[in-house]
Amino acid sequence: MQQSIIETRTGDAPAGEAVVELVDLRKSYGTGPSAVQILDGVNFEVRRGEFVCVVGPSGSGKTTLLKCIAGLLKPSGGRTDFEGQEVTEPPAKLAVVFQDYSRSLLPWMTVRANIALPLRNKFPKQERQARIDEALESVGLAGKGHLYPWQMSGGMQQRAAIARGLAYQPDVLLMDEPFAAVDAQTRIDLEDLVLEVRDRYDTTVLFVTHDIDEAVYLADRVIVLSGAPTTVSHNITVDLPHPRHQVDTKREPRFAELRAFVFEQIQAAKSNTVRNRADA
Amino acid sequence: MNRALPLLRTAALRLWLPVLLAIVWWYASAGSQNIYFPPLSTILETFAADWLGSRAATDLVPSLGKFVLGFLISAAGGIALGTWLGLSPAAREAAEPVVQFLRSLPPPVLLPIGLLLFGITGTMNVAIIVMGAIWPTVLNTADGIRSLDGQVADMSRSYRLTFAQRLFSVALPNAAPQVFAGLRTTLQLSIILIVVSEMVAAASGVGYYVLNSQQTFAVAQTWAGTLVLGLIGYLSTLVFLAVEKRVLNWQHGMRRAAEGA
Ligand SMILES: Nc1ncnc2c1ncn2[C@@H]1O[C@H](COP(=O)(O)OP(=O)(O)OP(=O)(O)O)[C@@H](O)[C@H]1O
Ligand SMILES: [Mg+2]
Repeated sequence: MQQSIIETRTGDAPAGEAVVELVDLRKSYGTGPSAVQILDGVNFEVRRGEFVCVVGPSGSGKTTLLKCIAGLLKPSGGRTDFEGQEVTEPPAKLAVVFQDYSRSLLPWMTVRANIALPLRNKFPKQERQARIDEALESVGLAGKGHLYPWQMSGGMQQRAAIARGLAYQPDVLLMDEPFAAVDAQTRIDLEDLVLEVRDRYDTTVLFVTHDIDEAVYLADRVIVLSGAPTTVSHNITVDLPHPRHQVDTKREPRFAELRAFVFEQIQAAKSNTVRNRADA
Repeated sequence: MNRALPLLRTAALRLWLPVLLAIVWWYASAGSQNIYFPPLSTILETFAADWLGSRAATDLVPSLGKFVLGFLISAAGGIALGTWLGLSPAAREAAEPVVQFLRSLPPPVLLPIGLLLFGITGTMNVAIIVMGAIWPTVLNTADGIRSLDGQVADMSRSYRLTFAQRLFSVALPNAAPQVFAGLRTTLQLSIILIVVSEMVAAASGVGYYVLNSQQTFAVAQTWAGTLVLGLIGYLSTLVFLAVEKRVLNWQHGMRRAAEGA
Protein backbone atom coordinates (compact mmCIF):
# COMPACT_ATOMS: atom_id res chain seq x y z
CA MET A 1 0.00 0.00 0.00
CA GLN A 2 2.81 2.30 0.90
CA GLN A 3 4.41 1.41 -2.40
CA SER A 4 1.83 3.63 -4.05
CA ILE A 5 2.88 6.74 -2.11
CA ILE A 6 6.58 6.02 -2.19
CA GLU A 7 7.92 5.69 -5.65
CA THR A 8 10.45 2.89 -5.75
CA ARG A 9 12.57 3.23 -8.82
CA THR A 10 13.52 0.19 -10.75
CA GLY A 11 13.48 0.95 -14.46
CA ASP A 12 13.09 4.66 -15.11
CA ALA A 13 16.43 6.25 -15.86
CA PRO A 14 17.05 9.55 -14.06
CA ALA A 15 18.85 12.46 -15.68
CA GLY A 16 22.66 12.65 -15.81
CA GLU A 17 25.24 10.02 -16.66
CA ALA A 18 26.00 7.21 -14.24
CA VAL A 19 29.36 7.79 -12.52
CA VAL A 20 29.14 4.75 -10.31
CA GLU A 21 27.41 1.64 -11.52
CA LEU A 22 27.06 -1.65 -9.71
CA VAL A 23 26.21 -4.60 -11.89
CA ASP A 24 25.17 -7.74 -10.09
CA LEU A 25 27.90 -7.13 -7.52
CA ARG A 26 28.70 -10.18 -5.39
CA LYS A 27 31.16 -10.58 -2.58
CA SER A 28 31.85 -13.45 -0.28
CA TYR A 29 34.49 -13.75 2.40
CA GLY A 30 36.47 -16.92 2.87
CA THR A 31 36.73 -19.89 0.55
CA GLY A 32 35.30 -23.37 0.24
CA PRO A 33 32.58 -24.51 2.62
CA SER A 34 33.35 -21.76 5.14
CA ALA A 35 32.71 -19.02 2.57
CA VAL A 36 30.06 -16.52 3.57
CA GLN A 37 28.11 -14.73 0.88
CA ILE A 38 27.67 -11.09 1.95
CA LEU A 39 26.67 -9.25 -1.22
CA ASP A 40 24.39 -11.30 -3.38
CA GLY A 41 23.88 -9.38 -6.60
CA VAL A 42 23.64 -5.68 -5.83
CA ASN A 43 22.48 -3.39 -8.63
CA PHE A 44 22.19 0.39 -8.57
CA GLU A 45 23.82 3.41 -10.09
CA VAL A 46 24.80 6.86 -8.89
CA ARG A 47 24.39 9.71 -11.36
CA ARG A 48 26.60 12.77 -11.57
CA GLY A 49 25.68 15.36 -8.98
CA GLU A 50 23.49 13.03 -6.96
CA PHE A 51 23.60 12.57 -3.21
CA VAL A 52 22.81 8.92 -2.57
CA CYS A 53 22.50 7.36 0.87
CA VAL A 54 22.84 3.64 1.47
CA VAL A 55 21.09 2.27 4.53
CA GLY A 56 20.84 -1.28 5.75
CA PRO A 57 20.92 -3.37 8.90
CA SER A 58 24.22 -3.70 10.72
CA GLY A 59 26.37 -6.37 9.13
CA SER A 60 24.49 -6.22 5.84
CA GLY A 61 27.71 -5.40 4.02
CA LYS A 62 27.61 -1.62 3.63
CA THR A 63 31.32 -1.24 4.27
CA THR A 64 32.04 -4.19 2.01
CA LEU A 65 29.99 -2.55 -0.73
CA LEU A 66 31.80 0.74 -0.35
CA LYS A 67 35.21 -0.93 -0.44
CA CYS A 68 34.31 -2.68 -3.67
CA ILE A 69 33.26 0.64 -5.21
CA ALA A 70 36.49 2.24 -3.97
CA GLY A 71 38.61 -0.48 -5.55
CA LEU A 72 39.86 -1.64 -2.16
CA LEU A 73 38.20 -5.05 -2.39
CA LYS A 74 37.90 -7.30 -5.40
CA PRO A 75 34.34 -8.45 -6.02
CA SER A 76 33.77 -12.20 -6.18
CA GLY A 77 31.24 -11.67 -8.95
CA GLY A 78 29.67 -8.96 -11.05
CA ARG A 79 31.44 -5.64 -11.24
CA THR A 80 31.47 -2.00 -10.30
CA ASP A 81 32.13 0.69 -12.87
CA PHE A 82 33.50 4.13 -12.24
CA GLU A 83 32.92 6.69 -14.97
CA GLY A 84 32.36 3.92 -17.45
CA GLN A 85 35.48 1.94 -16.54
CA GLU A 86 35.47 -1.27 -14.59
CA VAL A 87 37.10 -0.71 -11.20
CA THR A 88 40.24 -2.80 -10.73
CA GLU A 89 42.24 -0.41 -8.54
CA PRO A 90 41.28 2.71 -6.55
CA PRO A 91 40.08 5.29 -9.12
CA ALA A 92 41.96 8.60 -9.21
CA LYS A 93 38.82 10.72 -9.16
CA LEU A 94 37.33 9.10 -6.10
CA ALA A 95 37.96 9.81 -2.42
CA VAL A 96 36.84 8.00 0.71
CA VAL A 97 36.01 9.43 4.11
CA PHE A 98 36.26 6.56 6.55
CA GLN A 99 34.08 5.80 9.53
CA ASP A 100 36.74 5.95 12.18
CA TYR A 101 38.41 9.35 11.90
CA SER A 102 40.79 8.54 14.75
CA ARG A 103 42.35 5.84 12.58
CA SER A 104 42.17 7.60 9.26
CA LEU A 105 44.20 10.76 9.94
CA LEU A 106 47.89 10.19 10.51
CA PRO A 107 48.77 11.27 14.06
CA TRP A 108 52.39 12.04 13.21
CA MET A 109 51.40 14.81 10.83
CA THR A 110 49.63 18.10 11.27
CA VAL A 111 46.19 18.36 9.72
CA ARG A 112 47.69 20.43 6.92
CA ALA A 113 50.27 17.76 6.16
CA ASN A 114 47.57 15.11 6.27
CA ILE A 115 45.56 16.97 3.66
CA ALA A 116 48.66 17.73 1.60
CA LEU A 117 49.89 14.14 1.43
CA PRO A 118 47.55 12.83 -1.31
CA LEU A 119 47.88 16.10 -3.23
CA ARG A 120 51.64 15.91 -3.60
CA ASN A 121 51.55 13.74 -6.70
CA LYS A 122 48.65 15.62 -8.26
CA PHE A 123 49.17 19.36 -8.03
CA PRO A 124 52.04 21.85 -8.00
CA LYS A 125 52.91 23.36 -4.65
CA GLN A 126 51.20 26.71 -5.15
CA GLU A 127 47.91 25.14 -6.11
CA ARG A 128 48.22 22.66 -3.29
CA GLN A 129 48.40 25.38 -0.68
CA ALA A 130 45.40 27.15 -2.16
CA ARG A 131 43.37 23.96 -2.20
CA ILE A 132 44.25 23.13 1.38
CA ASP A 133 43.30 26.60 2.55
CA GLU A 134 40.02 26.47 0.70
CA ALA A 135 39.16 23.00 2.01
CA LEU A 136 40.01 23.94 5.58
CA GLU A 137 37.97 27.09 5.26
CA SER A 138 34.95 25.29 3.88
CA VAL A 139 34.83 22.81 6.76
CA GLY A 140 35.27 25.58 9.33
CA LEU A 141 38.85 24.79 10.21
CA ALA A 142 40.51 27.89 8.76
CA GLY A 143 43.71 28.60 10.67
CA LYS A 144 43.68 25.21 12.41
CA GLY A 145 45.90 23.42 9.91
CA HIS A 146 48.93 23.53 12.18
CA LEU A 147 47.24 21.34 14.79
CA TYR A 148 47.82 17.62 15.10
CA PRO A 149 44.70 15.43 14.88
CA TRP A 150 44.99 14.44 18.53
CA GLN A 151 44.86 18.09 19.49
CA MET A 152 41.35 18.25 18.05
CA SER A 153 37.91 17.10 19.14
CA GLY A 154 36.25 14.19 17.35
CA GLY A 155 34.07 16.52 15.31
CA MET A 156 37.06 18.60 14.23
CA GLN A 157 38.96 15.46 13.24
CA GLN A 158 36.10 14.31 11.06
CA ARG A 159 35.96 17.79 9.51
CA ALA A 160 39.66 17.48 8.78
CA ALA A 161 39.10 14.08 7.15
CA ILE A 162 36.34 15.62 5.02
CA ALA A 163 38.65 18.51 4.12
CA ARG A 164 41.23 16.00 2.94
CA GLY A 165 38.62 14.41 0.72
CA LEU A 166 37.48 17.77 -0.65
CA ALA A 167 40.96 19.12 -1.34
CA TYR A 168 41.59 16.03 -3.43
CA GLN A 169 38.69 17.27 -5.59
CA PRO A 170 37.27 13.89 -6.48
CA ASP A 171 34.32 13.47 -8.80
CA VAL A 172 32.79 11.14 -6.25
CA LEU A 173 33.11 11.23 -2.49
CA LEU A 174 32.37 7.99 -0.63
CA MET A 175 31.54 8.30 3.04
CA ASP A 176 31.21 5.34 5.39
CA GLU A 177 29.13 6.23 8.43
CA PRO A 178 31.25 9.33 8.85
CA PHE A 179 29.30 10.69 11.79
CA ALA A 180 28.68 7.51 13.75
CA ALA A 181 31.24 8.41 16.37
CA VAL A 182 30.38 12.06 17.07
CA ASP A 183 27.81 13.51 19.43
CA ALA A 184 24.31 14.45 18.26
CA GLN A 185 24.84 18.20 18.01
CA THR A 186 28.11 17.83 16.11
CA ARG A 187 26.41 15.36 13.85
CA ILE A 188 23.72 17.86 12.88
CA ASP A 189 26.39 20.49 12.15
CA LEU A 190 28.36 18.04 10.04
CA GLU A 191 25.29 16.95 8.07
CA ASP A 192 24.64 20.52 7.02
CA LEU A 193 28.32 20.99 6.34
CA VAL A 194 28.33 18.05 3.95
CA LEU A 195 25.31 19.40 2.07
CA GLU A 196 26.99 22.77 1.84
CA VAL A 197 30.35 21.55 0.59
CA ARG A 198 28.81 19.19 -1.89
CA ASP A 199 27.11 22.22 -3.49
CA ARG A 200 30.28 24.24 -3.30
CA TYR A 201 32.50 21.52 -4.75
CA ASP A 202 29.79 20.11 -6.98
CA THR A 203 30.67 16.59 -5.89
CA THR A 204 28.69 13.41 -6.24
CA VAL A 205 28.28 11.78 -2.85
CA LEU A 206 27.63 8.19 -1.87
CA PHE A 207 26.96 8.15 1.84
CA VAL A 208 26.59 5.05 4.00
CA THR A 209 24.72 5.42 7.25
CA HIS A 210 22.59 3.38 9.61
CA ASP A 211 20.68 6.48 10.68
CA ILE A 212 17.39 6.72 8.80
CA ASP A 213 16.75 10.37 9.64
CA GLU A 214 20.18 11.24 8.39
CA ALA A 215 19.67 9.29 5.17
CA VAL A 216 16.34 10.92 4.33
CA TYR A 217 17.53 14.36 5.36
CA LEU A 218 20.67 14.27 3.22
CA ALA A 219 19.77 12.21 0.21
CA ASP A 220 18.33 12.73 -3.23
CA ARG A 221 17.94 8.99 -3.25
CA VAL A 222 18.03 6.31 -0.56
CA ILE A 223 19.15 2.76 -1.34
CA VAL A 224 17.81 0.29 1.20
CA LEU A 225 19.74 -2.94 1.49
CA SER A 226 18.21 -6.19 2.60
CA GLY A 227 19.88 -8.23 5.31
CA ALA A 228 22.71 -10.58 4.37
CA PRO A 229 23.00 -12.13 1.85
CA THR A 230 22.38 -8.63 0.65
CA THR A 231 20.56 -7.20 -2.33
CA VAL A 232 18.93 -3.83 -2.93
CA SER A 233 15.49 -4.01 -1.40
CA HIS A 234 14.37 -0.46 -2.28
CA ASN A 235 15.60 2.46 -4.30
CA ILE A 236 13.71 5.52 -3.12
CA THR A 237 13.67 8.99 -4.60
CA VAL A 238 13.59 11.64 -1.87
CA ASP A 239 11.43 14.36 -3.29
CA LEU A 240 12.02 16.87 -0.52
CA PRO A 241 12.82 20.44 -1.58
CA HIS A 242 16.34 21.88 -1.49
CA PRO A 243 18.05 23.40 0.35
CA ARG A 244 17.35 21.16 3.30
CA HIS A 245 16.79 22.67 6.70
CA GLN A 246 17.17 20.84 9.98
CA VAL A 247 13.87 22.11 11.39
CA ASP A 248 11.70 22.88 8.36
CA THR A 249 12.63 19.84 6.31
CA LYS A 250 12.18 17.49 9.22
CA ARG A 251 8.83 19.07 10.00
CA GLU A 252 7.40 18.26 6.58
CA PRO A 253 4.81 15.48 6.43
CA ARG A 254 6.66 14.07 3.44
CA PHE A 255 9.81 13.69 5.54
CA ALA A 256 7.86 11.71 8.16
CA GLU A 257 6.35 9.54 5.45
CA LEU A 258 9.66 8.69 3.82
CA ARG A 259 11.29 8.15 7.15
CA ALA A 260 8.58 5.72 8.26
CA PHE A 261 8.77 3.86 4.97
CA VAL A 262 12.53 3.37 5.11
CA PHE A 263 12.25 2.35 8.74
CA GLU A 264 9.73 -0.35 7.92
CA GLN A 265 11.86 -1.69 5.09
CA ILE A 266 14.86 -2.00 7.33
CA GLN A 267 12.84 -3.71 10.04
CA ALA A 268 11.57 -6.15 7.43
CA ALA A 269 15.13 -6.72 6.19
CA LYS A 270 16.30 -7.40 9.71
CA SER A 271 13.66 -10.01 10.43
CA ASN A 272 14.47 -11.58 7.06
CA THR A 273 18.10 -11.81 8.06
CA VAL A 274 17.15 -13.46 11.30
CA ARG A 275 14.96 -15.91 9.40
CA ASN A 276 17.72 -16.63 6.87
CA ARG A 277 20.20 -17.25 9.66
CA ALA A 278 17.79 -19.55 11.45
CA ASP A 279 17.25 -21.50 8.24
CA ALA A 280 20.95 -21.89 7.60
CA MET B 1 63.02 32.99 36.87
CA ASN B 2 59.61 31.35 36.71
CA ARG B 3 60.87 28.92 34.15
CA ALA B 4 64.20 28.36 35.87
CA LEU B 5 62.63 27.23 39.13
CA PRO B 6 61.07 23.97 37.96
CA LEU B 7 64.28 23.22 36.06
CA LEU B 8 66.29 23.66 39.25
CA ARG B 9 63.82 21.46 41.04
CA THR B 10 64.20 18.62 38.54
CA ALA B 11 67.96 18.99 38.61
CA ALA B 12 67.95 18.82 42.40
CA LEU B 13 65.65 15.80 42.39
CA ARG B 14 67.88 13.95 39.98
CA LEU B 15 71.23 14.96 41.41
CA TRP B 16 70.93 14.60 45.16
CA LEU B 17 71.54 10.85 45.26
CA PRO B 18 74.57 10.69 42.93
CA VAL B 19 76.10 13.68 44.73
CA LEU B 20 75.45 12.07 48.10
CA LEU B 21 76.99 8.78 46.94
CA ALA B 22 80.05 10.61 45.63
CA ILE B 23 80.49 12.43 48.92
CA VAL B 24 80.15 9.23 50.95
CA TRP B 25 82.63 7.52 48.64
CA TRP B 26 85.04 10.44 48.88
CA TYR B 27 85.14 10.44 52.70
CA ALA B 28 84.93 6.69 53.21
CA SER B 29 87.85 6.10 50.89
CA ALA B 30 89.96 9.07 51.99
CA GLY B 31 93.42 7.88 53.06
CA SER B 32 92.54 4.29 52.24
CA GLN B 33 95.56 1.96 52.19
CA ASN B 34 93.54 -0.91 50.74
CA ILE B 35 95.13 -1.69 47.41
CA TYR B 36 91.78 -2.58 45.80
CA PHE B 37 89.97 0.51 47.02
CA PRO B 38 92.17 3.52 46.38
CA PRO B 39 90.90 6.92 47.61
CA LEU B 40 88.40 8.56 45.28
CA SER B 41 90.77 11.50 45.07
CA THR B 42 93.42 9.21 43.56
CA ILE B 43 90.93 7.73 41.12
CA LEU B 44 89.85 11.18 39.99
CA GLU B 45 93.46 12.30 39.60
CA THR B 46 94.13 9.28 37.41
CA PHE B 47 90.93 9.95 35.55
CA ALA B 48 91.94 13.53 34.84
CA ALA B 49 95.50 12.64 33.92
CA ASP B 50 94.54 9.84 31.55
CA TRP B 51 91.12 10.66 30.16
CA LEU B 52 91.32 14.40 30.06
CA GLY B 53 94.89 14.09 28.83
CA SER B 54 96.89 11.85 26.55
CA ARG B 55 94.54 8.90 26.41
CA ALA B 56 91.61 10.94 25.21
CA ALA B 57 93.12 10.94 21.72
CA THR B 58 94.79 7.50 21.72
CA ASP B 59 92.07 5.43 23.42
CA LEU B 60 88.86 7.33 24.04
CA VAL B 61 88.29 8.81 20.59
CA PRO B 62 88.95 5.54 18.71
CA SER B 63 86.70 3.61 21.11
CA LEU B 64 83.94 6.15 20.77
CA GLY B 65 84.39 6.24 17.00
CA LYS B 66 84.05 2.48 16.67
CA PHE B 67 81.13 2.41 19.07
CA VAL B 68 79.25 5.16 17.26
CA LEU B 69 80.04 3.72 13.84
CA GLY B 70 78.96 0.23 14.93
CA PHE B 71 75.75 1.59 16.39
CA LEU B 72 74.91 3.69 13.34
CA ILE B 73 75.52 0.81 10.94
CA SER B 74 73.38 -1.46 13.14
CA ALA B 75 70.65 1.17 13.31
CA ALA B 76 70.55 1.93 9.59
CA GLY B 77 71.00 -1.69 8.56
CA GLY B 78 68.51 -2.89 11.14
CA ILE B 79 65.85 -0.44 9.99
CA ALA B 80 66.45 -1.28 6.33
CA LEU B 81 66.41 -5.04 6.87
CA GLY B 82 63.46 -4.84 9.25
CA THR B 83 61.50 -2.73 6.77
CA TRP B 84 62.11 -5.27 4.06
CA LEU B 85 61.02 -8.13 6.30
CA GLY B 86 58.00 -6.15 7.43
CA LEU B 87 56.88 -5.36 3.89
CA SER B 88 57.45 -8.72 2.26
CA PRO B 89 55.74 -11.77 3.75
CA ALA B 90 57.83 -14.00 1.49
CA ALA B 91 61.08 -12.47 2.72
CA ARG B 92 59.84 -12.84 6.27
CA GLU B 93 59.01 -16.52 5.85
CA ALA B 94 62.44 -17.17 4.43
CA ALA B 95 64.45 -15.04 6.83
CA GLU B 96 62.58 -15.65 10.07
CA PRO B 97 64.41 -18.83 11.20
CA VAL B 98 67.81 -17.39 10.32
CA VAL B 99 67.11 -14.13 12.11
CA GLN B 100 65.78 -15.92 15.17
CA PHE B 101 68.86 -18.14 15.26
CA LEU B 102 71.31 -15.27 14.90
CA ARG B 103 69.64 -13.18 17.51
CA SER B 104 69.57 -16.10 19.94
CA LEU B 105 73.34 -16.33 19.86
CA PRO B 106 74.78 -14.66 22.96
CA PRO B 107 76.60 -11.74 21.29
CA PRO B 108 80.07 -12.37 22.88
CA VAL B 109 80.04 -15.76 21.17
CA LEU B 110 80.64 -13.85 17.95
CA LEU B 111 84.09 -12.77 19.16
CA PRO B 112 86.12 -15.80 18.06
CA ILE B 113 84.54 -15.75 14.63
CA GLY B 114 85.02 -12.01 14.31
CA LEU B 115 88.67 -12.49 15.25
CA LEU B 116 89.06 -15.23 12.70
CA LEU B 117 87.53 -13.16 9.95
CA PHE B 118 88.95 -9.73 10.65
CA GLY B 119 91.90 -10.22 13.01
CA ILE B 120 92.66 -7.69 15.71
CA THR B 121 91.45 -4.63 13.85
CA GLY B 122 89.02 -1.79 14.25
CA THR B 123 86.92 -3.41 11.52
CA MET B 124 86.59 -6.45 13.76
CA ASN B 125 85.31 -4.33 16.69
CA VAL B 126 82.74 -2.66 14.47
CA ALA B 127 81.74 -5.94 12.81
CA ILE B 128 81.20 -7.57 16.20
CA ILE B 129 78.91 -4.71 17.21
CA VAL B 130 76.89 -4.95 14.02
CA MET B 131 76.57 -8.74 14.10
CA GLY B 132 75.50 -8.77 17.72
CA ALA B 133 73.48 -5.58 18.12
CA ILE B 134 71.51 -5.29 14.90
CA TRP B 135 68.80 -7.88 15.69
CA PRO B 136 66.55 -6.07 18.14
CA THR B 137 66.20 -3.23 15.64
CA VAL B 138 65.54 -5.65 12.77
CA LEU B 139 62.80 -7.51 14.63
CA ASN B 140 61.15 -4.46 16.15
CA THR B 141 61.13 -2.60 12.84
CA ALA B 142 59.60 -5.59 11.05
CA ASP B 143 56.92 -5.81 13.74
CA GLY B 144 56.21 -2.09 13.59
CA ILE B 145 55.93 -2.04 9.81
CA ARG B 146 53.57 -4.98 9.90
CA SER B 147 51.36 -3.49 12.60
CA LEU B 148 49.87 -0.93 10.23
CA ASP B 149 46.18 -0.47 10.90
CA GLY B 150 43.91 -1.82 8.15
CA GLN B 151 42.05 1.44 7.77
CA VAL B 152 45.28 3.41 7.38
CA ALA B 153 46.34 0.95 4.71
CA ASP B 154 42.99 1.44 2.96
CA MET B 155 43.39 5.19 3.19
CA SER B 156 46.88 4.99 1.62
CA ARG B 157 45.57 2.90 -1.23
CA SER B 158 42.42 4.85 -1.93
CA TYR B 159 44.36 8.14 -2.06
CA ARG B 160 46.82 6.40 -4.34
CA LEU B 161 49.88 7.32 -2.31
CA THR B 162 53.16 6.45 -4.01
CA PHE B 163 55.37 3.70 -2.65
CA ALA B 164 57.79 6.27 -1.26
CA GLN B 165 54.94 8.10 0.48
CA ARG B 166 53.56 4.89 1.91
CA LEU B 167 56.99 4.01 3.21
CA PHE B 168 58.30 7.32 4.51
CA SER B 169 55.08 9.08 5.44
CA VAL B 170 53.00 6.14 6.64
CA ALA B 171 54.73 2.84 7.39
CA LEU B 172 57.95 4.10 8.98
CA PRO B 173 56.41 6.79 11.19
CA ASN B 174 53.83 4.21 12.25
CA ALA B 175 56.65 1.86 13.19
CA ALA B 176 58.77 4.56 14.83
CA PRO B 177 57.82 3.86 18.47
CA GLN B 178 58.76 0.21 18.05
CA VAL B 179 61.85 1.06 16.04
CA PHE B 180 63.10 3.24 18.86
CA ALA B 181 62.46 0.52 21.43
CA GLY B 182 64.63 -1.75 19.28
CA LEU B 183 67.29 0.93 18.81
CA ARG B 184 67.57 1.35 22.53
CA THR B 185 68.48 -2.30 23.00
CA THR B 186 70.83 -2.04 20.03
CA LEU B 187 72.53 0.89 21.73
CA GLN B 188 73.03 -1.04 24.97
CA LEU B 189 74.37 -4.06 23.11
CA SER B 190 76.71 -1.79 21.14
CA ILE B 191 78.30 -0.49 24.32
CA ILE B 192 78.65 -3.97 25.77
CA LEU B 193 80.16 -5.28 22.58
CA ILE B 194 82.69 -2.50 22.02
CA VAL B 195 83.96 -2.99 25.57
CA VAL B 196 84.05 -6.77 25.43
CA SER B 197 85.66 -6.87 22.02
CA GLU B 198 88.30 -4.37 23.08
CA MET B 199 89.00 -6.36 26.21
CA VAL B 200 89.53 -9.56 24.29
CA ALA B 201 91.10 -8.31 21.14
CA ALA B 202 92.54 -4.83 20.85
CA ALA B 203 95.78 -3.01 21.56
CA SER B 204 94.11 0.23 22.54
CA GLY B 205 90.75 1.60 23.56
CA VAL B 206 88.89 2.00 26.84
CA GLY B 207 88.02 -1.67 27.15
CA TYR B 208 91.62 -2.66 26.56
CA TYR B 209 92.76 -0.05 29.09
CA VAL B 210 90.45 -1.36 31.82
CA LEU B 211 91.44 -5.00 31.45
CA ASN B 212 95.12 -4.24 30.95
CA SER B 213 95.26 -2.02 34.04
CA GLN B 214 93.61 -4.74 36.08
CA GLN B 215 96.14 -7.31 34.88
CA THR B 216 99.03 -4.99 35.77
CA PHE B 217 97.51 -4.07 39.14
CA ALA B 218 97.11 -0.44 38.18
CA VAL B 219 94.00 -0.37 40.34
CA ALA B 220 93.29 3.37 40.17
CA GLN B 221 93.32 3.08 36.38
CA THR B 222 90.88 0.18 36.50
CA TRP B 223 88.50 2.33 38.50
CA ALA B 224 89.03 5.38 36.31
CA GLY B 225 88.43 3.34 33.14
CA THR B 226 85.27 1.86 34.57
CA LEU B 227 84.10 5.38 35.36
CA VAL B 228 84.75 6.37 31.73
CA LEU B 229 82.70 3.43 30.47
CA GLY B 230 79.85 4.30 32.79
CA LEU B 231 79.90 7.87 31.56
CA ILE B 232 79.93 6.80 27.90
CA GLY B 233 76.91 4.62 28.50
CA TYR B 234 75.08 7.27 30.44
CA LEU B 235 75.77 10.14 28.06
CA SER B 236 74.97 8.13 24.94
CA THR B 237 71.63 7.16 26.49
CA LEU B 238 70.91 10.82 27.21
CA VAL B 239 71.64 11.77 23.60
CA PHE B 240 69.54 8.86 22.38
CA LEU B 241 66.58 9.85 24.54
CA ALA B 242 66.79 13.45 23.33
CA VAL B 243 66.65 12.30 19.71
CA GLU B 244 63.80 9.92 20.47
CA LYS B 245 61.86 12.66 22.19
CA ARG B 246 62.17 14.87 19.14
CA VAL B 247 61.21 12.20 16.63
CA LEU B 248 58.36 10.74 18.69
CA ASN B 249 57.11 14.11 19.81
CA TRP B 250 53.72 13.36 18.22
CA GLN B 251 53.38 10.18 20.20
CA HIS B 252 54.12 11.82 23.53
CA GLY B 253 51.61 14.52 22.70
CA MET B 254 49.02 11.98 21.70
CA ARG B 255 49.50 10.07 24.92
CA ARG B 256 49.23 13.23 26.99
CA ALA B 257 46.05 14.18 25.10
CA ALA B 258 44.56 10.72 25.72
CA GLU B 259 45.37 10.95 29.41
CA GLY B 260 43.93 14.43 29.63
CA ALA B 261 40.68 13.35 28.01
N1 LIG C 1 37.60 -9.30 6.07
C1 LIG C 1 36.49 -10.02 6.39
N2 LIG C 1 36.55 -11.35 6.49
C2 LIG C 1 35.46 -12.06 6.80
N3 LIG C 1 34.27 -11.53 7.06
C3 LIG C 1 34.13 -10.20 6.98
C4 LIG C 1 35.24 -9.38 6.65
N4 LIG C 1 34.83 -8.09 6.65
C5 LIG C 1 33.53 -8.12 6.97
N5 LIG C 1 33.11 -9.39 7.16
C6 LIG C 1 31.72 -9.79 7.49
O1 LIG C 1 30.89 -9.35 6.46
C7 LIG C 1 29.66 -8.87 6.98
C8 LIG C 1 29.40 -7.48 6.49
O2 LIG C 1 30.40 -6.61 7.00
P1 LIG C 1 30.38 -5.06 6.74
O3 LIG C 1 31.43 -4.45 7.59
O4 LIG C 1 30.46 -4.82 5.28
O5 LIG C 1 28.93 -4.68 7.25
P2 LIG C 1 28.31 -3.25 7.52
O6 LIG C 1 26.98 -3.23 6.88
O7 LIG C 1 29.27 -2.19 7.14
O8 LIG C 1 28.11 -3.30 9.08
P3 LIG C 1 28.11 -2.08 10.14
O9 LIG C 1 26.78 -1.41 10.01
O10 LIG C 1 28.24 -2.78 11.44
O11 LIG C 1 29.26 -1.20 9.80
C9 LIG C 1 29.77 -8.98 8.48
O12 LIG C 1 29.07 -10.11 8.90
C10 LIG C 1 31.24 -9.14 8.75
O13 LIG C 1 31.44 -9.96 9.87
MG1 LIG D 1 30.40 -0.69 8.22
